[in-house]
Amino acid sequence: MRPAFEAEGLVKRYGGTTALDGVDLQARPGTVLGVLGPNGAGKTTAIRILATLLRPDAGRAVVDGVDVLRDPVAARRIVGLTGQYATVDEDLTGTENLVLFGRLLDLTGPDARDRAARLLDRFGLADAAGRRASTYSGGMRRRLDLAASLVGAPRVLFLDEPTTGLDPGKREELWRTIRSLADDGTTVLLTTQYLEEADALADEITVIDQGRVIAHDSPAGLKQHVGGQTVVVRPRDPARTADAADVVRRVTGHPVDRSRGGVVTAPVDDGRAFAGIVRELERAGMDVTELALRLPSLDEAFFTLTGHDAGRTTTTQEDS
Amino acid sequence: MTSTSTAATGRSRVAGGPGAPTPRPWPLLRHSLALAGRSLTKTRRNPGVLLDALILPVLFLVLFVYLFGGAVAGSTQEYLQYLFPGILVLTTVLAGQVATGLHIVVDMKKGVFDRFRSMPVPRTSILLGSVLADAIRYVVAVVVLFGVGYALGFRVETGFGSALAATGLAIGFGFSLSWLTVLVAVLLRDETLVSTVGFLLPFPLVFGTSMAAPAGTMPDWLRAWAEVNPVSHVIEACRGLLLGGPVAGPVAASLAWSAGFLLVFGTLAVVAFRRRV
Repeated sequence: MRPAFEAEGLVKRYGGTTALDGVDLQARPGTVLGVLGPNGAGKTTAIRILATLLRPDAGRAVVDGVDVLRDPVAARRIVGLTGQYATVDEDLTGTENLVLFGRLLDLTGPDARDRAARLLDRFGLADAAGRRASTYSGGMRRRLDLAASLVGAPRVLFLDEPTTGLDPGKREELWRTIRSLADDGTTVLLTTQYLEEADALADEITVIDQGRVIAHDSPAGLKQHVGGQTVVVRPRDPARTADAADVVRRVTGHPVDRSRGGVVTAPVDDGRAFAGIVRELERAGMDVTELALRLPSLDEAFFTLTGHDAGRTTTTQEDS
Repeated sequence: MTSTSTAATGRSRVAGGPGAPTPRPWPLLRHSLALAGRSLTKTRRNPGVLLDALILPVLFLVLFVYLFGGAVAGSTQEYLQYLFPGILVLTTVLAGQVATGLHIVVDMKKGVFDRFRSMPVPRTSILLGSVLADAIRYVVAVVVLFGVGYALGFRVETGFGSALAATGLAIGFGFSLSWLTVLVAVLLRDETLVSTVGFLLPFPLVFGTSMAAPAGTMPDWLRAWAEVNPVSHVIEACRGLLLGGPVAGPVAASLAWSAGFLLVFGTLAVVAFRRRV
């Protein structure tokens, strides 16, 4: 099947710094591609190129069969964009914003008003429709923003860190909305620094770091790819964390991670080690509140892939 | 939480292909008007931006008439007649300078600008919309000025048609010159710089003329500037249209300069804008 969007070998330089160094991205129609990376990885640059806001120094980008560089005007009829910062006019009401965008997308006046009303209703903003966007809460503004990018019924939707600054409840609400859009057939590209978010939403994840793609896989495949399972032990008595660490180290034969207070984690090579740990803890008479075997989190996956923590880069350059 | 059919927002078919609108003719005009409507709404919500353009010319009118009127023209009343046409031009030039560039710079830095740019909207519409909406500022400023002028005792000595022509000529000139501040805004992209330039630029242009005193009384260097200064023609034309006297020459010169500014600064601003965004 033809990809809903595709970028090949995107390169973008700003003076001496290279924001993108040959990035490939693509997604099948109706799926969510998560682009995961720390600040400054080049996520926003890639999304701005796909949304026709920026020209790359090299590479090719196509949305729904339309070349973004050769025919940006046609591409703009296909895509919707929600940037990192609110892309609505705060001096206008919710309705005025959506009607304006409808007019700019060549809807007639009545159609624009009708679509605005339906979108505001869908996003739970009907009651606030007549209020200025500046009076909206962070979550409402995000929803209005998302509604604004849907006025043109785009086939491809670009969301640049859509949940930044939202509290967890609001974030999950927005996740459900994004999921329902993909179910309706919209292809979504979503950038995020939240590993949890990519895991929850994306059908496939592209990990980029310092302008390069360092992995592309399904969330499960990615986790599988970056290593075996991890055992997690949390003693009931935090004072005995060191004892627990000794047990885990002895049984697994691997160094243990105690960076989270009161919790011991270590890689395990096979399931038998887990049983061994259970026996040894029993023998030591240690009561635990958490004992689990799990796949590595995307955080850990990122650490394995890049050699540094997500959210902390070796460069101080801002993502622009 | 990955189960999706229970999405709180429901499943009404708003997104996804079939509802996508089709292009309609005259995009530049329609989009410019839609964006002008947006700017007007913003002005209505923040009427403070009109104040700069209203207060300053009125302040100058009152100050000049009562401070210098007696000394320059022998009586404040005679001086008011002499000064008013110049203040009219000052009003329209200021109305075109104070906020136009500032709004564009502020817009360019806001997220909503990215949304406009990611939509199938001609780039020029974004500039045109903003500049068209300024029309309200010219009209309000001119109406207030005439109101104050009449209250102080100014009288049009020709007729209503001529006064209307003078106003139109002044507004046209202010509008054409406002493209210079648009160009400055697009190039500098800095609120403070742009508002400083927009505020200072009118002074050498409008004051370096026969606005407040006949050019013959000025030192040579200033008279030389006043004679080549295009604003002199506009003030002369307005004086003729409001008070009587020869108008053909100055009106033609004013129109020529207005057209020239519009063509040169307008083109440069649009080119710079399209290149920048």
